[in-house]
Amino acid sequence: MESSTYRLKAAFFMACLIPLAWLAIQKGFGGLGANPIEKMIRFLGDWSLYLLLGTLALTPMHRLFHLSWPTKIRRMIGLFSFFYVCLHVTGYLAIDQFFDWHEIRRDIIKRPFITVGFVCFLLLIPLAVTSTNKMQRRMRRRWKQLHYFVYPIAIGAVIHFWWMVKKDITRPAFYAMVLALLLGLRIYWALTRIKVGVTETAVHEKAVRRG
Amino acid sequence: MMIKKADEIKGREITEKSTYLNRRQFIAAGAVLGAGLLLPGVFVGEVAGPKIPGVRPSPFGTKEERTPYKDVTGYNNYYEFGTDKEDPAANAGRFRIRPWTVRIDGAVKKSREYDIDQLIKMSPLEERVYRMRCVEGWSMVIPWVGFPLQSLIKAVEPSSQAKYVEFTTLLNPDQMPGQRRRVLDWPYVEGLRLDEAMHPLTLLAVGLYGEVLPNQNGAPLRLVVPWKYGFKGIKGIVRIRFVEHQPVTAWIKAAPNEYGFYSNVNPDVDHPRWSQRKERRIGEFFKRETLMFNGYADQVGHLYAGMDLRKYF
Ligand code: HEM
Repeated sequence: MESSTYRLKAAFFMACLIPLAWLAIQKGFGGLGANPIEKMIRFLGDWSLYLLLGTLALTPMHRLFHLSWPTKIRRMIGLFSFFYVCLHVTGYLAIDQFFDWHEIRRDIIKRPFITVGFVCFLLLIPLAVTSTNKMQRRMRRRWKQLHYFVYPIAIGAVIHFWWMVKKDITRPAFYAMVLALLLGLRIYWALTRIKVGVTETAVHEKAVRRG
Repeated sequence: MMIKKADEIKGREITEKSTYLNRRQFIAAGAVLGAGLLLPGVFVGEVAGPKIPGVRPSPFGTKEERTPYKDVTGYNNYYEFGTDKEDPAANAGRFRIRPWTVRIDGAVKKSREYDIDQLIKMSPLEERVYRMRCVEGWSMVIPWVGFPLQSLIKAVEPSSQAKYVEFTTLLNPDQMPGQRRRVLDWPYVEGLRLDEAMHPLTLLAVGLYGEVLPNQNGAPLRLVVPWKYGFKGIKGIVRIRFVEHQPVTAWIKAAPNEYGFYSNVNPDVDHPRWSQRKERRIGEFFKRETLMFNGYADQVGHLYAGMDLRKYF
């Protein structure tokens, strides 16, 4: 790897560990308040979402500002999002439910926000597993199709947050807007590409007919 | 020469005495390099209140371990001061609780405005250690200071039309920053059936841990109904109205399919967001089973005899 790319990746790798370090320090100092378990699970959920939205922001950054570095760290940020999701879900399983599988099953069936979170978690697993270069090469076009799943997963993650909230939806509504922007850009680009495609063909056909 | 206002001086002196602030100060100091210490609002809310004299112990109450004072006063749901659990302690410090009047009206003989201090003097104060179970799945054990709502109701003599009691919180967005956003349809309204209100366990609280009620816990006057979810315990009460029809509470207005009028603690009736089978007692690691009527079934079960508690949740 080129050394500047290496440094870039190392810097973002360390940066992605800061929230976890912060959590550990707060835990050590008893800074998580009266209900530290809830705080921890929510904090990890927050960072799962931030990093997921961060991943989706990198391509637009690349396209809008003609930067090359965002695409180089995209896979890593995506994997870190999965890492935080795993901690978030483990937190729920281990220190919220204490592996009471009966209760967990009931939760997944009965509490809509957990149902959605669970589906998102399951869908994220194949994306993480197929994130290696080797898999990407082996799967070719199927890889791209599979990784389009990140869009419904991100929508699901925001819904998970929205449905969890009791009444004050300020924060989930904000992330819904961020996500709408990120997805909107992609839709816009997709549409304009198609339109360009259509006009080009039309021009071409006309030319052929005139031919 | 600069002359300080009385409350400013008092606040600072008491802050220095408090020992449990160290942690918060440490975080604030780390986060904003000491600037946190210059924000009095953050700390005033945590100042311990003056002791209330002449409080008798009550035969009602649990011997369970009490939730630490700093958690009881630092982890609150009081949306009038913000929707995060830490918001009320941070934002309620400057809330003015004197002068304060409580209007008692509706189907009642002695309908009028009572000054809060006059109202508190009407009945002897008791200490009652109650379990409190929040609908969100956590619980505390709190030593309240207060008097039975019953004694107030008897004193004001409701008429035969009074079937329910409706309580209202102060509406004052200047003083209650949370009311500037329509998170709920302000002011907060709660209600009880008259027999629930008359039950000896139902308390009007004016203090906790032997001290004057901190603002974030609902000063100067709040309701405590230990067998119901915490949100029934309306805070900052300015009006108690006796009515014939079931009041429409703030939470019923907000989400009628999620919050019922009764809202009795019931491990068998789930809320769509929270399973109600278990709860985490604040300060404990493992969860514990939630008890029917929050463990007060022997005392209050008869109020609901023959009722379908799934329907009347
Ligand atoms: C099996 C899968 C999942 C389970 C069981 C789960 C469970 C939970 C629980 C129990 C909470 C806290 C609720 C409370 O404290 O009342 C929560 C909050 C949250 N979760 Fe999940 N979750 C899952 C998947 C996900 C995924 C995939 C994401 C995002 C990528 C996510 C993001 C969040 C966020 C943002 C919050 C809100 C945090 C806050 O309040 O600030 N969760 N989740």
